[in-house]
Amino acid sequence: MKNQVPKPLLDYPKLGDWLKVTPEKKLVFFSGRVELGQGNITALIMMISDELGIEPEKISLQTARTDMTPNEGFTAGSMSIVHGGQSLRSAVATLRQQILNISASRLGVDALELNLSNGQILQKGSFCFSIDEVLDQIDLSSEIAAGAKIKEPSQRWVEFREIERVDLLERMTGAPFVHDMIEEGMLFGAPVHPANMYSKLLTLDVIALSKRPGVIKVVQDGSFVGVLATSQRFALEAAEWAREKSEWKEIDGKIENPISHLVSQSHDFEIVSETGDVNKNSGEWHELTVSRPYIFHGSIGPAAAVAKWENERLTVWTHSQGVFQLRDALAGVFETAEENITVIHKAGSGCYGHNGADDAALDAAILAREVEGIPVKVIWSRYDEFHAAPMGAAMSTKSRAHLDQDGYITAFDVEVTSVPHSSRPGTGGTPNLRSAVLIKNSKLPAKSPDVPAMRGGGAERNAVPSYDFGPVRVKKRLVHDLPFRASALRSLGAYNNVIVNEGLIDEIAHRNGEDPLAFRIKHCVDDRSKELLLRLDSETKRYKENLKESQGWGVGYARYKGISGLCAVFVNVTVDEGVVVDNVVSVSDVGEAISPDGVKNQIEGGIVQSISWTLKEAVKTDGLSTTVDSWFDYPIIKFSEIPSLNTILIERPSEKPLGAAEISQGPAGAAVSNAVRHALGVRITELPITREAIINSLLSNEI
Amino acid sequence: MQGELRCTINGVVHAIDSFSSEPLLFFLRDKIGLRSTRYGCGQGTCGSCTVIIDGEAKMSCETITKDVSGKTIETAEVFENQHEHPLVKSFIEFQAGQCGYCLPGILMASKSLLDKKQNLSRLEIAQALDANLCRCGVHSRILDAIEKAYQLSNEKKAPNEKSSA
Repeated sequence: MKNQVPKPLLDYPKLGDWLKVTPEKKLVFFSGRVELGQGNITALIMMISDELGIEPEKISLQTARTDMTPNEGFTAGSMSIVHGGQSLRSAVATLRQQILNISASRLGVDALELNLSNGQILQKGSFCFSIDEVLDQIDLSSEIAAGAKIKEPSQRWVEFREIERVDLLERMTGAPFVHDMIEEGMLFGAPVHPANMYSKLLTLDVIALSKRPGVIKVVQDGSFVGVLATSQRFALEAAEWAREKSEWKEIDGKIENPISHLVSQSHDFEIVSETGDVNKNSGEWHELTVSRPYIFHGSIGPAAAVAKWENERLTVWTHSQGVFQLRDALAGVFETAEENITVIHKAGSGCYGHNGADDAALDAAILAREVEGIPVKVIWSRYDEFHAAPMGAAMSTKSRAHLDQDGYITAFDVEVTSVPHSSRPGTGGTPNLRSAVLIKNSKLPAKSPDVPAMRGGGAERNAVPSYDFGPVRVKKRLVHDLPFRASALRSLGAYNNVIVNEGLIDEIAHRNGEDPLAFRIKHCVDDRSKELLLRLDSETKRYKENLKESQGWGVGYARYKGISGLCAVFVNVTVDEGVVVDNVVSVSDVGEAISPDGVKNQIEGGIVQSISWTLKEAVKTDGLSTTVDSWFDYPIIKFSEIPSLNTILIERPSEKPLGAAEISQGPAGAAVSNAVRHALGVRITELPITREAIINSLLSNEI
Repeated sequence: MQGELRCTINGVVHAIDSFSSEPLLFFLRDKIGLRSTRYGCGQGTCGSCTVIIDGEAKMSCETITKDVSGKTIETAEVFENQHEHPLVKSFIEFQAGQCGYCLPGILMASKSLLDKKQNLSRLEIAQALDANLCRCGVHSRILDAIEKAYQLSNEKKAPNEKSSA
């Protein structure tokens, strides 16, 4: 297997960057990744355990904190194992070789005669001593060899195989979240967020607010207002009172219908990728446009953080996806040096991308600055979560496919119009934290350039279909003037782009009178994708038979970012009052799956979340900010709406790991959309596919 | 201490402030220190603060603390020393969680179903859990785990029932 050097290893080339030996002779490994609930820490522990030859229970892993671990960027984009895990493997391989060399010279034998297994040094299979005895001789200043020889696939997983999530029990019955932190003398803070972050505070009776129950102090800085209180309850209640009593100057520039606004743009598209001349053959073109509205990340637990200032140094505990980037953004806001700030990751509710975690950290830091030495905990209210957090970007994609005389697709042209998909802290060189806009010394966010192509692109992610369609051109048009705040939501533009591309493919297959899955298989780009689709075909034949008139089936397929995990999804739906997804079969290939069950859990979660987006979710707004006050205004999928799931994983232990968490959203949305089209005979092109959307679509098709 | 209000939480008696309008959620989290009961919305719409009050699953954000006077309350901390409980075992077996923020509430809702010993179909279990939101999309595994827990607790009961017959 070719050994490419993962980026984190280029930045952190020394063994001591990745591990330390404690005085008690325990090994502690460092990862710049964070556990977001996706199980990556368990997978990383498995990788260390397997590479070193030591029991998983004996491994400690320190996740991202700015004063200890490598800076591996954001934990995002299904890259934890691909980059973070592979880096650790190289570090551990170097460590393993050192342990063997030290042991060999102690025993006066050749290192090739020794093996490391179960935490023991073995010579030709016989026990010599425990590795604990040589750990103090490890040279942590040594470089991780560029070609650090990690184990061959055939040598892997011999001693230890899949383990349970190391953190699940505590999440079930304990209090591991940043929300749960309690420190001596802690105060409880709550911001008073206006519905739109560019609003200006006009009036607020600060004296009356300071007399609300439990309020210790009201903090005002420009248009930022927050309270410090003796309990969480009092903080939340005071902030709610203040929000209702305060008046704000709204900004201009209402956009009543974000999608209409996007598609009515007239500025030029930028060509972001082009493989050949899509217009070289004249002939028949087919097209389809699909849009998705703004959608919420919708974390069940609101954003939270703890902050403490002491001697002009700030410490923050956060569930941010990027502690180093948050540190730098906070340094920008407070105009202090980065080394004066320590940011430590602590568990949060699932975020699914850039939600309010970083914003809550700034809120806590602003409030804590007023009470030297006292830790301040901020937990946003549900109102804050639905108004102040960034949303998943609204977008519209038009795809065109060229057909040859034999009914093959021979050229493909995509136009994506979208608000930028990422405005993470630091993107564009500005903090991009909400309250940084509200404070007097305001730091406005720069225009987001969206996610660059080298990181899989933002709006245009997966606009290139995962098939052999001849030349493909992708054009992108970013729209910046909407008053809403958007940032990364799982899979970025891939979700909508896969839905439109797979929808268009389906339309053409129907027109040709071909089975949509067979039509896709005909256009497969390689054997790997063909095997995947053939497997899906053989697993789902029985689900295509004996369907009632109100029932349909559909498929969706994509290889995430064109180079990552492959995922194909089949669904059955019944369309009656609304759409019910009855049954889902998926086949995925993520290369080497470190934790096959963990991978399946991620794929299933992605499918279910995507079904929820596709059938239910759209953020309601008044043109300036959201009007969603509770989950009643923003329904998501419920237990009784969950289909049966058959999740098949094609394991390829000798291939590189490709990542899993974001591979299924696009294919699942596409499968649902195509199945509804199959059942109804008409296609819903403005997501979500609600009952109202179906009725409107049927009515307009009758006319 | 005549007239003082009390309730029993996970087997321990606690005094309650009879004048307070404090939601039970904050009493549990911040006064008693039982922080598995999570704040999700404070509006009774997500279920992450679900606890069991006299056998029934209730959202603690919508329950006023003084109203639980004389009642028996269970939170997910009851499982801390009960790793052999059918629900804990089966949730671990099916790895029925991702971020886990919603899980204590779901475990409490499930335990109240299990304790009632009704025979529920998968759909009936699902409908009973519709007040509990999960955003990671682990629903199917959670339902698998609850069905398995039913099975485990029936198996546990079966020999006793025989011997008493």
